[in-house]
Amino acid sequence: MTPASIALNRFGYGIAASGAAPKDPRKSLLDQLDRYDPAPAGIAARTDASANIGETLRLLRDLRRDTREVVGMTAQDPMMDDMTRGDARDAALANLPPELQGKVAEARGVLAQDIALRVNIAVTSTAPLMERLVHFWANHFSVSVGKLGTQVAVGDHEFTAIRPHVLGRFGAMAEAAALHPAMLLYLDQFQSVGPNSPAQQRRAARGGDRPDEQGPRGLNENLAREILELHTLGVGGGYSQADVTEFARALTGWTVPGIGRADRFGEKQPSGAMFVAVAHEPGARRVLGRSYKAGTADQARVILRDLAAHPATARHVATKLARHFAGDTPPPALVARLEADFLRTGGDLASLTRTLIAAPEVWVSGPVKFRTPFEWLVAALRLTGANTLPPRRIVAALTQLGQVPWRAPSPAGYDDIAASWAGPDALLRRVELAEQLARDARVDDVAARAEAAFPGTLSDATRTQIARAESGRQALALLLVSPDMLRR
Amino acid sequence: MLNHLNRRTMLAGSLVLGASALTLPRMAFAAAPGTRNLLFVLLRGAADGMAMLAPVGDPGLAALRGPMLADYDGAVQLGSFFAVHPALAEIGKAAAAGEALFIHAAATAYRDRSHFDAQNLLETGGTVPYGVRDGWLNRLAGLVNESAGGDQVRALAIAPSVPLVLRGDAPVSNYAPSALPQASEDLMARVSQLYGDDNELGGLWARALETRAMAGDDGLNNLRDARAAGELAGSLMQGPQGARIAMIELGGWDTHANQRGGFARSARGLDALIAAYRAAMGDAWGNTLVVAATEFGRTVRLNGTGGTDHGTAGAALVMGGGVKGGRVIADWPGLGVSQLFQSRDLAPTTALESVLAGAVAEHLRLDPAVTMARLFPGRTASPLAGIIRS
Repeated sequence: MTPASIALNRFGYGIAASGAAPKDPRKSLLDQLDRYDPAPAGIAARTDASANIGETLRLLRDLRRDTREVVGMTAQDPMMDDMTRGDARDAALANLPPELQGKVAEARGVLAQDIALRVNIAVTSTAPLMERLVHFWANHFSVSVGKLGTQVAVGDHEFTAIRPHVLGRFGAMAEAAALHPAMLLYLDQFQSVGPNSPAQQRRAARGGDRPDEQGPRGLNENLAREILELHTLGVGGGYSQADVTEFARALTGWTVPGIGRADRFGEKQPSGAMFVAVAHEPGARRVLGRSYKAGTADQARVILRDLAAHPATARHVATKLARHFAGDTPPPALVARLEADFLRTGGDLASLTRTLIAAPEVWVSGPVKFRTPFEWLVAALRLTGANTLPPRRIVAALTQLGQVPWRAPSPAGYDDIAASWAGPDALLRRVELAEQLARDARVDDVAARAEAAFPGTLSDATRTQIARAESGRQALALLLVSPDMLRR
Repeated sequence: MLNHLNRRTMLAGSLVLGASALTLPRMAFAAAPGTRNLLFVLLRGAADGMAMLAPVGDPGLAALRGPMLADYDGAVQLGSFFAVHPALAEIGKAAAAGEALFIHAAATAYRDRSHFDAQNLLETGGTVPYGVRDGWLNRLAGLVNESAGGDQVRALAIAPSVPLVLRGDAPVSNYAPSALPQASEDLMARVSQLYGDDNELGGLWARALETRAMAGDDGLNNLRDARAAGELAGSLMQGPQGARIAMIELGGWDTHANQRGGFARSARGLDALIAAYRAAMGDAWGNTLVVAATEFGRTVRLNGTGGTDHGTAGAALVMGGGVKGGRVIADWPGLGVSQLFQSRDLAPTTALESVLAGAVAEHLRLDPAVTMARLFPGRTASPLAGIIRS
């Protein structure tokens, strides 16, 4: 690959329909840092349904319960198909007051709208490297719509907790992202209560749960563990089970607005979360050999700040960044430079980005990566100029490709190695989708666009097949699934 | 010629037959990869072995799991000690009929509590996370290929991408139902030419075409319906051109909160999948083995949110027409506080790797010691014997 093609494809999301190859590849990337818009118009204009996430959660919970009642405890019936369940859900929905029906419909629509917004921002961006970084960090602090209520919060997580920080401090991003309501819901933090907290003591004195309170409550370690393992220190980062439990105790009280009586007793946090002091485990904590005095919301915040600045975190983050840009097996020298940069600057992500742009390891002729389904789709939409697809079609395409944003199968996010994506069936799906995309696109002059998309580097096989294609449409489909397009 | 590519013809032209295995002297007890089927079900998220197969005979259970014990009233019992979760109704019936067995208090070499590291170990068969790069099921395919004297067994992941357990040097394919319209024959043929000189893409493409032809028109859009997924697995393993080694994944086991409902839901899915697969295999069920395993067990106590957290030992399921079933293999460690692993988890007394190696080796008529060494290098445990009726 030529430097111009590397700047476009390895660092970015490929050429835009109206774009041209950069004359000074390195400068074209550095310029993007200045051009980056953390809050494009589409984000300000979107329906923000996350303000009262607890209310939405309660509503969806009730709906689910009613659905079960309609089908007569269908949970017992393994043979009930999706159709029946869908009917029951619709019946339950019809029983809701109209204003609540509207809210349920809104919650459903928000997710598709947010996914399409994310895609279209990247498709039309003049700073695609920055969008790549947004998506990289959103995957690092992965939230997923598997849990009830998260569907209205995952978009907000990326738009408000990731985007403003991609050129800021890692510690600030960690606080915004790991303590955002979407994460608190996703990793069960919202219902974690200190065993010796005033709330739990009062409950015990009363002899258990009040009838209006849902489910048992107590300590839940999930968020604490994943922050240590995935967001900060990483596996082998030197923490113990005791550290997990201590951090989990410090995190008690952090919950989402609108749940139980959180709003009455709670204190709103910058991340959008609520801190409910009466649910917080009292006392000092000890994490990784360091003591933290008894406190309130700040106790967990200070621990998180120390974790984010830890040398193990620097190494973890450096390794993942190097893997994303320089290859599935990250070059050790690049990892070492990024790590040193992180420690020297206190986790300045703009500095890390400049180190990546300067790194010879990222400019090797390559290709060094197999594009993930999301990367491939965004590149294909940029190339074909398709920036007005309805949300429904965008979500359907990503579903078929197997990488819907905010739906990673685990808190570790989506894999970032070829072995996870370069499968036989996955390839066939890209071919099928390419034919669909080419059907609706501008199909003139595909040969010249192919040369522009991969300046100085287009393969003979691709050039030959484009030349031989029976139509412009077929030529475009072949370009979209060409080896040049599948790798970067 | 590729312009007139007929996918079914292409498939038939590369049929894999394992009969030549019989002529290979160094495998004394003859491999026959052409006739025996293996389906590995990977339960991602740490399925709770204590719920799957409750040790109702252990006096310690009531104190730990009191709120859930009522679920097991009238459940299938294996001996007087274990009860099968009622959501596993069909599996329970198969166990009672002698076609399924459970192994309890089993764990891989992994002793920490990360899903991702534990799944890495369960899939690679290594002893430390990320120590081995390919998957044990792929190495099993390689072993079968060697014993078949050059013929290649068809190995298939029924998943949108190939999971680590099946990744490696032996050629494998993957398939998942898609809602996308099929691409035109002409475009497909041209893509074959486009990838002709590209080793990676050319190989992937050839396998994609073969598997898609096998699946035909499955009428499905995805794998969400467990029963339909089981039927699909059965249809992809039919006849001489079908896959002989396949795997499928089931999630939804990470029950940190409100486990009672969540576990039952996931268990019903597993039960429906295996029951449908068994029915779809028809007469071939006698030559078929299903193994279901998860990365680790869960804490024996319920946590503060009605769920369980990451633990250590758990249960595995072995089922098939040739299984010496109707029993539980367990060196039961007990539930007393001093008997627990780190005072919180069921203590591991059986190496899960020895269960996997023993079951697949006996089923596929491979040398158990060779199989253990190849699939799980570094594990010193002996492969478990006597799982399959001889």
